Amino acid sequence: MKARIHVTLKNGVLDPQGKAIEHALSNMGFGGVDGARQGKYIELDLNETDKTKAEAAVDEMCRKLIANTVIENYSIELE
Amino acid sequence: MKSAVIVFPGSNCDRDMAVAIEKVTGAKPLMVWHQETDFDKVDFIALPGGFSYGDYLRCGAMSARSTIMKEVVKRAEAGTPTLGVCNGFQVLTEAGVLPGALMRNANLHFVCRDVELSVETTDSIFTKSYTVGSPITVPVAHHDGNYFADSDTLDRLEGEGQVAFKYAADVNGAQRRIAGVLNKKKNILGMMPHPERMIEPALGGSDGRLLFQSVLESIG
Repeated sequence: MKARIHVTLKNGVLDPQGKAIEHALSNMGFGGVDGARQGKYIELDLNETDKTKAEAAVDEMCRKLIANTVIENYSIELE
Repeated sequence: MKSAVIVFPGSNCDRDMAVAIEKVTGAKPLMVWHQETDFDKVDFIALPGGFSYGDYLRCGAMSARSTIMKEVVKRAEAGTPTLGVCNGFQVLTEAGVLPGALMRNANLHFVCRDVELSVETTDSIFTKSYTVGSPITVPVAHHDGNYFADSDTLDRLEGEGQVAFKYAADVNGAQRRIAGVLNKKKNILGMMPHPERMIEPALGGSDGRLLFQSVLESIG
């Protein structure tokens, strides 16, 4: 089973890298971008076949290492 | 006074820290590898600066979960004076020993220069030899020194004298210009500037020396 994890900065936390992307897009002439946020994408290959168990395990991995919950949110997709 | 410097793979300031400790205290610190589970009883633990694990995932995240950190956290929380500088500060926040998080510098630049700090409290074993409000000069060298905590936490830190140092001017976007924070008991200090690089005139100044001097005088 594959777990796809997206880690993003919480709303209200300044994202200087996202801001730089936004500015670069605007300098290149792309209009209509009101904001950009940069996050992380992490893919895990799991041995677990039970979706509920896998979800619980990945959630624990996210809380304990993959995301810093002081500043970041995470979302998990299993496939 | 017996000290230990924790050595993580990739750190590049562990020897600077060891030299500073030896010069000020007169005794060579133990160098403790991150895969150890235990080390001799010491009076002072230092977590050095310098890009452990290449700053992968987040600065300090991997080191905070290394084997030796269980013992370091246990001892720090039991009262052993513990100092984290730069990456060491990031490790202490990632380990949950100090509040907040260190984020990418707001201006996106790696900053590497001497900066002026103000000493915010002398009520700690690390800062007792300084004078509140008197400016000191200590170098910074980091990409992720932008201190973040929610406003309730910041109010609490300021209200309870847990902010040890502030930058005199904005350096990295840190909330309320915070450069160093203490835990509630004030036996754990994390700071982005490098006091170990400012311990004698040959290094450009000795304002960092007083920090180690304070620890030495507190412990004896």
